[in-house]
Amino acid sequence: MLTLTHYLVLAAILFAISVLGIFMNRKNVIVLLMAIELMLLAVNYNFIAFSHYLSDTAGQIFVFFILTVAAAESAIGLAILVVLFRSQQTINVEDLGSLKG
Amino acid sequence: MSFQAFVFYALSVILLFSGVRVITAKNPVHAALFLVLAFFTASGHWLLLQSEFLAIALVLVYVGAVMVLFLFVVMMIDIDFDKLREGFWKHLPVAGTVAVIMMAEMALILTSPEVNLSQYGAGADVAADYSNVKDLGRQIYTVYLYPFELAAVLLLVAIVAAIALTMRKNKPTKWVDPAEQVKVRRDDRLRVLKMAAEPRVEVGVSSSADDKPAV
Amino acid sequence: MKSLYLLIALAPLVGSAIAGLFGWAIGRVAAHVVTILGVAVSAVGAVVVLNGLLNGAPTFNGDIYTWLTVGGTTYSVGFLIDNLTAMMMVVVTSVSLMVHLYTIGYMHEDPGYQRFFSYISLFTFSMLMLVMSNNFIQLFFGWEAVGLVSYLLIGFWFKRPTAIFANLKAFLVNRVGDFGFLLGIGMVLAYFGGSLQYADVFAAAPALASKTVQIFPGVDWSLMTVTCILLFIGAMGKSAQFPLHVWLPDSMEGPTPISALIHAATMVTAGIFMVSRMSPLFELSDTALSFILVTGSITALFMGFLGIIQNDIKRVVAYSTLSQLGYMTVALGVSAYPVAIFHLMTHAFFKALLFLGAGSVIMGMHHEQDMRNMGGLRRYMPITWLTSLLGSLALIGTPFFAGFYSKDSIIEAVAMSHIPGSSFAYFAVIAGVFVTAFYSFRMYFLVFHGEERFRHVAHDAHGHDDHHGHGVHEPHESPWVVTLPLVLLAIPSVVIGYIAVEPMLVGDFFKGVIFINHEAHPVMKKFAHEFHSAAAMGMHAFTSLPFLLALGGVVTAWVFYLKAPQIPAAIKAKCGAINTLLENKYYLDDIYFAVFAKGSRGLGSLFWKVGDQFLIDGLIVNGSAKVVGAFSAVIRRLQTGFIYSYATAMIIGLLALMTIWFAGLIAR
Repeated sequence: MLTLTHYLVLAAILFAISVLGIFMNRKNVIVLLMAIELMLLAVNYNFIAFSHYLSDTAGQIFVFFILTVAAAESAIGLAILVVLFRSQQTINVEDLGSLKG
Repeated sequence: MSFQAFVFYALSVILLFSGVRVITAKNPVHAALFLVLAFFTASGHWLLLQSEFLAIALVLVYVGAVMVLFLFVVMMIDIDFDKLREGFWKHLPVAGTVAVIMMAEMALILTSPEVNLSQYGAGADVAADYSNVKDLGRQIYTVYLYPFELAAVLLLVAIVAAIALTMRKNKPTKWVDPAEQVKVRRDDRLRVLKMAAEPRVEVGVSSSADDKPAV
Repeated sequence: MKSLYLLIALAPLVGSAIAGLFGWAIGRVAAHVVTILGVAVSAVGAVVVLNGLLNGAPTFNGDIYTWLTVGGTTYSVGFLIDNLTAMMMVVVTSVSLMVHLYTIGYMHEDPGYQRFFSYISLFTFSMLMLVMSNNFIQLFFGWEAVGLVSYLLIGFWFKRPTAIFANLKAFLVNRVGDFGFLLGIGMVLAYFGGSLQYADVFAAAPALASKTVQIFPGVDWSLMTVTCILLFIGAMGKSAQFPLHVWLPDSMEGPTPISALIHAATMVTAGIFMVSRMSPLFELSDTALSFILVTGSITALFMGFLGIIQNDIKRVVAYSTLSQLGYMTVALGVSAYPVAIFHLMTHAFFKALLFLGAGSVIMGMHHEQDMRNMGGLRRYMPITWLTSLLGSLALIGTPFFAGFYSKDSIIEAVAMSHIPGSSFAYFAVIAGVFVTAFYSFRMYFLVFHGEERFRHVAHDAHGHDDHHGHGVHEPHESPWVVTLPLVLLAIPSVVIGYIAVEPMLVGDFFKGVIFINHEAHPVMKKFAHEFHSAAAMGMHAFTSLPFLLALGGVVTAWVFYLKAPQIPAAIKAKCGAINTLLENKYYLDDIYFAVFAKGSRGLGSLFWKVGDQFLIDGLIVNGSAKVVGAFSAVIRRLQTGFIYSYATAMIIGLLALMTIWFAGLIAR
């Protein structure tokens, strides 16, 4: 029998994988963005699982909005990336240190 | 093991595998494609959870739009991805520790009797004539109307922002300013000179100073 | 009636505002017309009020306006109109009116004419607010306002360094007193039921008679004594009691009319009025009364001594004022509040008269103030001479004159009292009679009789005499605006005592206004018992010790300064030490300078160097900036500028949060 715990633990593992990805792909902004998408997916898993097991559609509505925001975020993020590459000829995070205090 | 459980575990294996590949793939194109695979399996999971609309929307929006955008960008920018992977494994010990601790904590919390997630059982199946799309649609257009409008505005803003960011302004374009055209006056374009009548002079004798009009 | 009271209080303020703000536009005549009109309205109103009260009108006690409310305590503007207030109103407004009139003559050459009228009208308003108040806050407002006007007027000729020094001194010395006064009001607010209305405070007082407070840990002090002495310290500043008297002689730097109005007749009596008003409190503390008595005695006697050696005509009158204020304070100390108020009233008239007379002499002598350069003026200034003589006779307590009744009553009251210090006080006031008579008539003889010494004085030192050309100019009688107030003030100086002694001291004029604990302090009862009539009191006086002493003083002055002028010089030579002591005013000014002025400057420079420059600037301001700077220099390394650093920080933070939650779960 599949329980809520199954889904939540799966989401937790997925989340941990994306954390790992953020740590390891520290130079590549594109993969960083992808890891963030993966994180959002893990979160969405939680919402949908709860929605199903609690028989409450509010969770699905929430996922709907998260998808909206995530789409907007990746659109703008990639746009920034393009502009960044155009001006700096790189997307290496280590080269982008002008905010250094 | 029921069929559902089988599907769940099968999809889970694919999901986690593709997730790991997303973050470890050498080629970002591969990473993006594995992300697509992850979304597909997630969509399958969501179908198991009887959220048909979101499962389809995930495929349409993410696989169809966002991931294509990713692939576009990856292919558009010409960089040496190998250089970006320098020191990739160097961070594994720390990253792995953090991730494992995080996952262990979450798992322990989720399975602990204090939280008691088992009380929710197997989850109620919906009726045969239940329409997930209809239900969500009704809710979005009634209860969540204002957040929905806000989300629409947010997307609009995202469009404007993305275009504004990437539009090239240094391309030489010809254009006119109607305001400047309307504002023009006669004096800006026309000058009437008053000149004294000059007697006829012999050709070749006139000095250059006399040629200048009186201003 | 409320509107009448408001009119009385506000009319001078309106006059002052017009003269002060628009004086440049309306000119001199309009300025003095409008201010005199304002004060005249007040004076008439005050007389109407007093008349009404004497004919049985009820006492008024009510608030006009709520100023502010803080934490349940309401500060309001209100009037308490009873016999005491009404009498003070009449004295203040009438003397003020006289001074306004006099000023027309005295100041007519001064460029600050309108300003002066504005100030004295403002003073009248402030003093009225002070005496008409029904609560401590308004009293304090009036108290400070008269102090302010006094400051402005002492420094009226602000181009004179001495005037500026004197007004600063007056202000600072008054601050000392006002600080005590404010602390006293604070005690009242803290312990007397949280109200500052007189009525509430006085009602609460008897229950607190034996309450003690710990100002310093471990030392129990009687609440009443502490409160009363603090309030009296305020009175000491304002009424120039030893040792806070030092400002009053110097205040003679101001124009003479205000010396008469403020530094003799009205403002300096604010302290006396206040203590009388607070009689329900002071009656509950014998310690405070003894303190008052001894302070007053010292002032009465020792300030009189200083009057003897002064040569400046105004300073003699100033020291005489100090001494007389001492008498009033002595009367307060023996619980004879009505007597103190009575002396306050008579003194207001004859001291204003003496000051204005001195001013008239100064004008007649073309702004010469040194008595050694005067003499024989009675031939030239007959009205001034006569009125000054009447004023002097009143001051020394000649029977049937106003000063006699009040001063003799004080001496009687002191003789009957048994509270600690009364024997010293009795000696002081009795000796003071001789001293008073001596210096008063020394001044009188030096100015109006004897050789016309002004003929021998070179006048080249006086620049303003240029328009007189050359040689000696004759003294001249002053114009009518000067002499009229003299005459008008001379009348009450002579008769007011005879008229008022019976109702004020024996009758029930102050019934329900001034509270006296007759069991503990039976002075007024005994006094009433021995009093028969004003005439009998005057007749009896001819055989009493004070009269003989006063006569002795007059005769001594006559011998010393008319018959045998060599005697004072001889005494001066013999008693060099005493003379030096007196000339230096007991070295009090020097002590204050050395200890307080220098000390506070030293303290100030210490605080400036150590507290301000080192602690605040160095440690707190620049120090904190430096600490922040040094700290930031270290932690700015955290701001690597790399996105992954921030992402790592976020993830570590998330992990920490999760761990905390997890730990909480385990702990359960």
